[in-house]
Amino acid sequence: MSLKEEVEILRQIPLFAKIEPSKIKLLAFTSERLTFQPGDFLCKQGDIGDAAYFIMAGEADVIVDTPSGPLTVATLGKNDVVGEIAILIDIPRTATIQAATELTTLRITKDVFFRMVTEFPEMAVELMRVLAERLVRTTEELQKAKEENHS
Amino acid sequence: MEHSIYKYILRYSKKQQIILTLMAITSFPFLYVYLQIPALIIDQAIQGNDISFPVEYMGIEFDQLEFLYLTVGLFLLLVVANQSFKYMINVYQGVSGERMLRRLRYELYSRILRFPMPTFKKKSSGEIIPMVTAEVEPLGGFIGEAFALPIFQGGYLLVIITFLLVQNWIMALAAIALYPLQAYFIPILQKKVNLLGKERVRLVRVLSDQIGETVNGAEEIHAHDGSNFMRAKFSSQLNKIYTVRYRIYILKFIVKFLNNFIQQLGPFFFYAIGGTMVINGTLEIGVLVAAIAAHKEMAAPWKELLAYYQRREDARIKYEQVVEQFEPAGMRDESNQLEEPDTIPNLTGEMVGNNIVLADDTGSTLLESLNVRFRLDERVAVVGPAGSGREALTHVLARIIDPDRGQVSAGDIDLVKAPEAIVGRRIAYVGQHGYVFNSTLGDNLFFGLKHRPLHEIDYDGEEKSARENYIREAKLTGNSVDDAEANWLDYGLASVSENGGLDSRALEVLEMVDLSEDVYQLGLRSTLDPEEAPEAADLILSARKRFFEKLEADPSLKNMIEAFEEDKYNTNATLAENLLFGTPVGTAFDLDRMAENAYVQKVIEDADLTETFLRMGYQVATLMVELFAGLPPDHEFFQLYGFISSEELPEYQAMISRIDWDHLDQLRDEDRLRFMSLPFKVIPSRHRLGVLTDEIQEKIVQARHKFAESLPEELQGSVAFFEEDAYSAATNLQDNILFGKIAFGYAQAAEKIGSLLSTVVDEMDLKRIIIGVGLNFRVGTAGARLSATQRQKLCLARAIIKHPDVLILNQATSSFDAATEQKLMGNILKEFDGRCLVWSLDHADKTKDFDNVLILKSGRVAESGPPTKLTTDSLQYKEMLAGS
Repeated sequence: MSLKEEVEILRQIPLFAKIEPSKIKLLAFTSERLTFQPGDFLCKQGDIGDAAYFIMAGEADVIVDTPSGPLTVATLGKNDVVGEIAILIDIPRTATIQAATELTTLRITKDVFFRMVTEFPEMAVELMRVLAERLVRTTEELQKAKEENHS
Repeated sequence: MEHSIYKYILRYSKKQQIILTLMAITSFPFLYVYLQIPALIIDQAIQGNDISFPVEYMGIEFDQLEFLYLTVGLFLLLVVANQSFKYMINVYQGVSGERMLRRLRYELYSRILRFPMPTFKKKSSGEIIPMVTAEVEPLGGFIGEAFALPIFQGGYLLVIITFLLVQNWIMALAAIALYPLQAYFIPILQKKVNLLGKERVRLVRVLSDQIGETVNGAEEIHAHDGSNFMRAKFSSQLNKIYTVRYRIYILKFIVKFLNNFIQQLGPFFFYAIGGTMVINGTLEIGVLVAAIAAHKEMAAPWKELLAYYQRREDARIKYEQVVEQFEPAGMRDESNQLEEPDTIPNLTGEMVGNNIVLADDTGSTLLESLNVRFRLDERVAVVGPAGSGREALTHVLARIIDPDRGQVSAGDIDLVKAPEAIVGRRIAYVGQHGYVFNSTLGDNLFFGLKHRPLHEIDYDGEEKSARENYIREAKLTGNSVDDAEANWLDYGLASVSENGGLDSRALEVLEMVDLSEDVYQLGLRSTLDPEEAPEAADLILSARKRFFEKLEADPSLKNMIEAFEEDKYNTNATLAENLLFGTPVGTAFDLDRMAENAYVQKVIEDADLTETFLRMGYQVATLMVELFAGLPPDHEFFQLYGFISSEELPEYQAMISRIDWDHLDQLRDEDRLRFMSLPFKVIPSRHRLGVLTDEIQEKIVQARHKFAESLPEELQGSVAFFEEDAYSAATNLQDNILFGKIAFGYAQAAEKIGSLLSTVVDEMDLKRIIIGVGLNFRVGTAGARLSATQRQKLCLARAIIKHPDVLILNQATSSFDAATEQKLMGNILKEFDGRCLVWSLDHADKTKDFDNVLILKSGRVAESGPPTKLTTDSLQYKEMLAGS
């Protein structure tokens, strides 16, 4: 897979959708393409996050430790992003991610990500927009949930 | 040591000096005849005065012409004879001088080895080194000529003067009339030069000490911005030296001026007086010519004598100044180090110190009538506050420092008088910062086992005579005749068998001090010469096979290594590596400068790839310019990911905007080269630039074959090709086993491959071999290539492996982190169960596993006893435990 394809995938991620192609290219170039074998862990619940992964091919399970043992709560696939929250704020990983099939990802480290954000303010603005959207959505969901509770 | 250089010369080279003197004297008659001949030739052979031809010599008749040829022939013969004498004397002088210099240096070095420890506080290596190296250098030259030169040149001068006196006494007196003047003035001037010379030597010593300090204290100087202050100090020192040297020069040239002037006065008198006499007919012209020639001859020896006088004064000062520095008080006796008892007794029974008194160089007391007694099968901890004499006690017990008064004995052996052969083998000592020598790890580890050449090498043929020659020369100069190349390892001391016993013991000890993993890693990264160790190389090669079998068997690992295959492009290696398909040896195929290599260019051209390389380079450059154009020049991306540095980027930008894709043929030659050099650095898997298409890769593989096939002879040794079935001496052990590149883009590839590698190593029992290779690792000056912790661990291992009866440690592990220190203490305590261990510790809580604890206070043993007893009985101990 070449840089071009990676750039295409990154552009489909909302966070990068509005960023200049050349910056995306730089991000792709400076990031590591990492392949995981089935069963390999991308991260483990409770670890400190140092990178986000953009899935380019394959599937990964999101597993949460519960009192009754590990529970797979979701399965991620192509174009999904894992771990972006943990590189924005210093919180431990909230779930374990395990490769379900052979998994190809683009690994963007916290350092590179932050450097990009500080260097290219348009990316920071875009990031704010994405987070704000997410906040609106979460608030709406919360609202809905409360209403359902009341009724 | 003799305090006067003449006494020293006579003591060690009397015979040589006598031979030299005799040689000089023997040459004089020839010289005299040689001087006489010109007069004979001119007066008799040419002018025919006082002679009637034909003359008869030994029954043969000579007419005038034949007589001329005879005398001229004799003249030539004498020239040869005189020069031969000079040659022989010079060579013999040189040899004698160099031998004496060797002896002197050896003696000085030997004295350094016997210096008492406190001396090194006052004398720095910066002062000592120039004394043994540069300062004594001119002494060798002087010693050779000390007697012979004045006798030879003085005699030479006398012969000439005698000759002149015989010829014509007035002229002779005239020629030497001014010599007394010189003989009076020059010593006066010389005395001044001497004083300045002494001053100069002293100043230069301070200078070299300053340089030494700068090197050792580089960290401090940087950390405190002290460079300007250091520069100012250095400058002021240089100024002092300059001033002294300037004055020396002035005086020296005044001496030279006087000499030359007086010398030139000679001809003046000859022409004036001799000319008058010839005109008056009282002197033959031939005599005048001979006299002038003789006077000219006189200039050389006279000059030599004066120069000799200056050199002698110089040598005298240097010798005295050096020798007085090498006689510190309290130096150990020579026999203390050289003596080799028939048996080295074990230290058993009790270690007893009685009334030990020790003061430091400022006179303040370190140990005050200290009495100590413990059994030699005990592990003893020494604790006490700073200044309690803990360190001093370990120094005295280890016999590093001699006590001012008092006795130290182990069993019935008086340790103060015992030779180093006993003390240094039965006792080991490690301080806080042990020293590591600039050699291999192994040499350092086994340093404590090398006392005498125990297993001599049997030389034969040429080597044997070279060795005999070596011994003869060494004996002539009082040097050591021991063979440094022999096997010095004392297996008996280490309590191991001669065959491989030491290797397993080394593994054990390295494990004990927690150093074996480090040495193993160093071994993996070191190379091994398959000619020296063919079996090891074979094993590594079979490890490669097994490694790949395992790799093949595990589908999850299979892709993590891309092996080097002759017919396949390796996408995890650079293009340069792919084309070379081997490891460069030497600088001919520097991987970073492949494009500049003429042969590489030819191979590319022959494979019809030049255009392709150019276009790839252009593509890479365009991409880089596009990606990196907006970044500030100091951005770390340039270093991490750049093919092009930030300085070069604008240049490439300019080139790209000047020439477009369709007009690449218009590029200037140097610009072409710059573009061509870029693709060599591309690793397809890592950079994912998409410029190296499958088709190009295939072509490069073909070019690779061509490259190897038609490699010119002079480049044959410059590359070690990758061969599946051969060990490569140019690559390290790890790369030899992996025989490929760890693939980019696989999660935890390096860790997984590393663990597979160690599985293979364990299964094949290769660890010992790899650690063996690691022991050949060169540690650098003072062990600089090791970390401080590794160095200290190595020093501990060195002390343990010689299996001492007593191991004395002076806070030897205090620089380690707590976990490591605890682990090492446990290991060492276990190792020395039943032997004697004396350990000076900074915290009382580390003493609980010892058999005995000594509490020191103000230079005395305040309390002692097993820790369990002290815990209940001793208030001091309890306080110390609570405080720590």
